[in-house]
Amino acid sequence: MSSNNYKLLQKKKKEVLELWMKNQLADEGLREDLISNDELRSQSEELIEALIGNLSSNSVEDINSDEWSPVIEILGGIAITRARQGFSPRETGNFVFSLKEALIEVLQKELKNDIQALFSETLKIGRIMDNLSVVTFETFIKGREEVILRQTDEITDISTPVIRVWDGILALPIIGTLDSARTQVVMENLLQEIVETGSSIAILDISGVPAVDSLVAQHLIKTVSATRLMGAECIISGIRPEIAQTVVHLGIDLSNIITKSSLASALAYAFKVMRLEVRKVNAVQKSNLL
Amino acid sequence: MDRIPILRMGNFLLVTIQVDLYDRLALTLEADLVQMVKKTNAKGVLIDISAVSIVDSFMGRIIGNIASMSKILDSETVVVGMQPAVAITLIELGLPLKGVHTALDVEKGMLLLKSMIDENVDDADLDEQDDAFAE
Repeated sequence: MSSNNYKLLQKKKKEVLELWMKNQLADEGLREDLISNDELRSQSEELIEALIGNLSSNSVEDINSDEWSPVIEILGGIAITRARQGFSPRETGNFVFSLKEALIEVLQKELKNDIQALFSETLKIGRIMDNLSVVTFETFIKGREEVILRQTDEITDISTPVIRVWDGILALPIIGTLDSARTQVVMENLLQEIVETGSSIAILDISGVPAVDSLVAQHLIKTVSATRLMGAECIISGIRPEIAQTVVHLGIDLSNIITKSSLASALAYAFKVMRLEVRKVNAVQKSNLL
Repeated sequence: MDRIPILRMGNFLLVTIQVDLYDRLALTLEADLVQMVKKTNAKGVLIDISAVSIVDSFMGRIIGNIASMSKILDSETVVVGMQPAVAITLIELGLPLKGVHTALDVEKGMLLLKSMIDENVDDADLDEQDDAFAE
């Protein structure tokens, strides 16, 4: 590309921006709910500024040159923000592709008499923009992965609460599938809490576990055994009929473990073991209390 | 050579392990303890391992052995104060220590031993105590 053409594009910056904005606004995939037009325009302006400012014969020849790093940085920033805001890959891709169209359209107007030059310029612009799209996608996906990782961490953190239901009785409702990593977290939390509160009974409620296979059962047995080693008793509650069926069909032996069908019956059992009693206060006593 | 002291408390023997057990020490403890059970005619053995932070399969087996040996000599074994990490390790090693009674701390372990001994001696006594308590 001759340096004249770069200067030309720099002069036509305004035109390119308008054309690009027109393309973007006309696009069906425009997400006005996620990004305002003003914000979109300022993003676009920033990118064009950096892109056209960096156009030179050196930079066009070598897409990996350092001169592109400010452009890539801006584009990366935009892609990451879009990933977090919840744009789809297609919408993010169109952002860059519509710029390519705008650039070529402007070039076409200027060079319509020189087909040879137009072709080679288009090719170069195409190469640069393709490279930039790849960068955008890479960053976009990275942004999405970060979101997923953060969510996974959050789920692990919130999904294993140890609840103190009574003095000396702990309950641990498990929601979701039990895999090895989660069992480890569940076990550690439970044992730690047993030490801290000095509880002698722990209730493991599995009503939120969708399916129990031999591996999950093994994890449960491990947790129960570890609790027993600590000197506390572990009750498994919330066993649904389907789970009881699978467990027996798989030939898993849970006979050494105290199992109850609901959390309420587990709690009743715990009270019995601790020699506690829950009684209904009769009317006379109640009036005395008041 | 180091030895782990075995204290006598009435009918029970109390062992507190304050150092990390190495193999020879564990074997000595096993021999000493069995001797002591025989000599004092103890009804219960309480082993406090709250200071033990490292166990291996050998240690796990020794504890299991002590429990089985005491059982033969008509004495119950209670292991108390196991650290969470130790419990997880033993489970991962496949040593659930069946036949060993456990409790959270020495106090609860003592209560457990007492209740076991009482049950063995006379069940009726305990019920009477309970009734007295309720009144």
